[in-house]
Amino acid sequence: MIRRAAHQLRRYRARSVLGPERYVFLAEWRNPPRSGPSGLGLSVGLSLALVTMLLTLPSVLGLYWTDLVNDMMIYAVLALSLNVILGHCGLFHMGHAAFYAVGAYTTAILATRFDVPILLTLPLAGALAGLFALLVARPIIHLRGDYLLVVTIGIVEIVNIALKSNIFGLTGGANGLLILNPISIFGHEIVSPVDFYYFILLILAVTILLFYLAQNSRFGRALNYIKQDELAAESTGVNTAHYKLAAFVLGAVWAGMLGTVFAAKIETVSPGSFSYAQSVLLFAIVILGGPGSITGVLLGAFLIISLPEIFRDLQNYRMLVFGAAMVAMMIFRPQGLMPPGRRRYKVGQFLGRFPAGAALRRNKQLEGADPTALTDPADLPSLADLANGEGKGR
Amino acid sequence: MDRLPNVPVLTLAGLYKRFGGLVAVNNVSFTVPQGAIIGLIGPNGAGKTTVFNLITGNYKPDQGAVLFEGRDIAGLKPHCVVELGVARTFQNIRLFQGMSALENVLAGRHCRMKSGVISSMFRLPGQRREEKQALERAMKELAFVGLEKQYDNLARNLSYGNQRLLEVARALATDPRLLILDEPAGGMNDQETQDLVHLIRAIRDLGISVLLIEHDMSLVMKICDNLVVLEYGAVIATGSPAEIRRNPKVIEAYLGTDSEAAEAASGGRA
Repeated sequence: MIRRAAHQLRRYRARSVLGPERYVFLAEWRNPPRSGPSGLGLSVGLSLALVTMLLTLPSVLGLYWTDLVNDMMIYAVLALSLNVILGHCGLFHMGHAAFYAVGAYTTAILATRFDVPILLTLPLAGALAGLFALLVARPIIHLRGDYLLVVTIGIVEIVNIALKSNIFGLTGGANGLLILNPISIFGHEIVSPVDFYYFILLILAVTILLFYLAQNSRFGRALNYIKQDELAAESTGVNTAHYKLAAFVLGAVWAGMLGTVFAAKIETVSPGSFSYAQSVLLFAIVILGGPGSITGVLLGAFLIISLPEIFRDLQNYRMLVFGAAMVAMMIFRPQGLMPPGRRRYKVGQFLGRFPAGAALRRNKQLEGADPTALTDPADLPSLADLANGEGKGR
Repeated sequence: MDRLPNVPVLTLAGLYKRFGGLVAVNNVSFTVPQGAIIGLIGPNGAGKTTVFNLITGNYKPDQGAVLFEGRDIAGLKPHCVVELGVARTFQNIRLFQGMSALENVLAGRHCRMKSGVISSMFRLPGQRREEKQALERAMKELAFVGLEKQYDNLARNLSYGNQRLLEVARALATDPRLLILDEPAGGMNDQETQDLVHLIRAIRDLGISVLLIEHDMSLVMKICDNLVVLEYGAVIATGSPAEIRRNPKVIEAYLGTDSEAAEAASGGRA
């Protein structure tokens, strides 16, 4: 099996040196072509290996690194939720920390003041963050590009200042709130980094699955249409304002729920965790990894959250390298490290079922424009063939 | 919903649209009878595309009514107009360039589908059925315009003529009863234009009324039942292609009067 994998890798590499073939490589890598039972065995084997690796990771890494992986996974889920708005729908939203904050504070306030079990606050945190997104995004949804960006920065700043100034006497000001009760699932309390590892891994897996299904659907396509050409989307019957809001709300609901997880993990929620800088970090993860691509965003989270930690010794140069890397990215690979692959549709059953250009042929016959064609309509070239063949001179 | 046989698909009544001091559309009224192919012609800048944008909801008229099957649609949002049964193509092609031909046509199916985020995330049976039906219909429309084999090509990789056809397929996928084509033959060669004539007739044979802007006079004269001529935002003539061809006002609008022509020739007024 290993030899097979190596062989395939060589094949892919050989292709990947060619220009556009690179994307074929990426697309195939994500959606491997079906090559009989042995190909299936390979992918099952790889999946099993991956799952085993993920499940045993904490015992290999130790507590410190496990905790770091936990952080990375939280950022990955947050970035995936931002990816719905920024990656799929193309809305420049740099205030995601605001929604995250609403979720985290919902949990913190309910847990400290009303003693609600943390896990119960999770759906409520999501719902409130979604509602908040609906309220703040509705008036600004028509803004485009950098105008939207500026307003969303404003939103996260306002939320941050509101939290610092102890709004309604609920948020505890600059010190924030201290949460003493842990998450408890069927009596098992989630306290240690290892507990959190499995808990967050589960959330990450569910998020990936649900977002993958959502992006390969009418909803995901609608967001992409808006990203590609908003006017055309509206003019072909997509309610663009509705879908842009829906993207915001879905992203915010997820960020809100992650706020709960974050609050439980960190045990203190304070305004510093939900700053503009956090929003920029999430934005950078999506843009660097590949807007609209789940694997890309995961890679982006790994690179941006883990690498600075791994290269801690080079601390002084970290931001320098980081900045240079971002500039280089924007010049050489603006689509991100792993741009999204194409959606594949099963249309084989429909191919050839509808005679190509049938209506055109019928009309030509009616007119008798080409008497020789009347004998066998199948011999007539379709409109597309004509456009391909004879249209080349243009 | 039953359609009354005698109600025109589209009636424009006294439409006005001003952009600042410019009256782009000045008291425009005409009708598109059911099953007709109507051509809207006129010199550049006459306001043809503005009229289209008023019909499709991209602009709001300052005054006047746009009746689609007897219902006033003026000022509705474009996606609502599409939902009611008016589809359009654009003068400068507006496809989703980075997406496949099939996905472009699926965009047209969007407004006839219902599944939302939740049903997609959990792949509920209704969502899967709907998705399959949409794929089938999209492939049918692609086959109709002759692009079936190119379903997986990115829109930007199609030839110019094929991109125009893809826009038509996308519009047809919305189940329109009125199709609005903005310069469908723009940038096409003679052969492609020939095929377009057949395509537009085939569309009409499906029971879809067609309103089109076109500069290619041979095409317009060949397929249109009636023509509406605009100049400086106002209708200067309506009638059959033969009538329009003889109409002195139209000839003047397109070619200028004798005195103007003489002046231009002598280089008098700049």
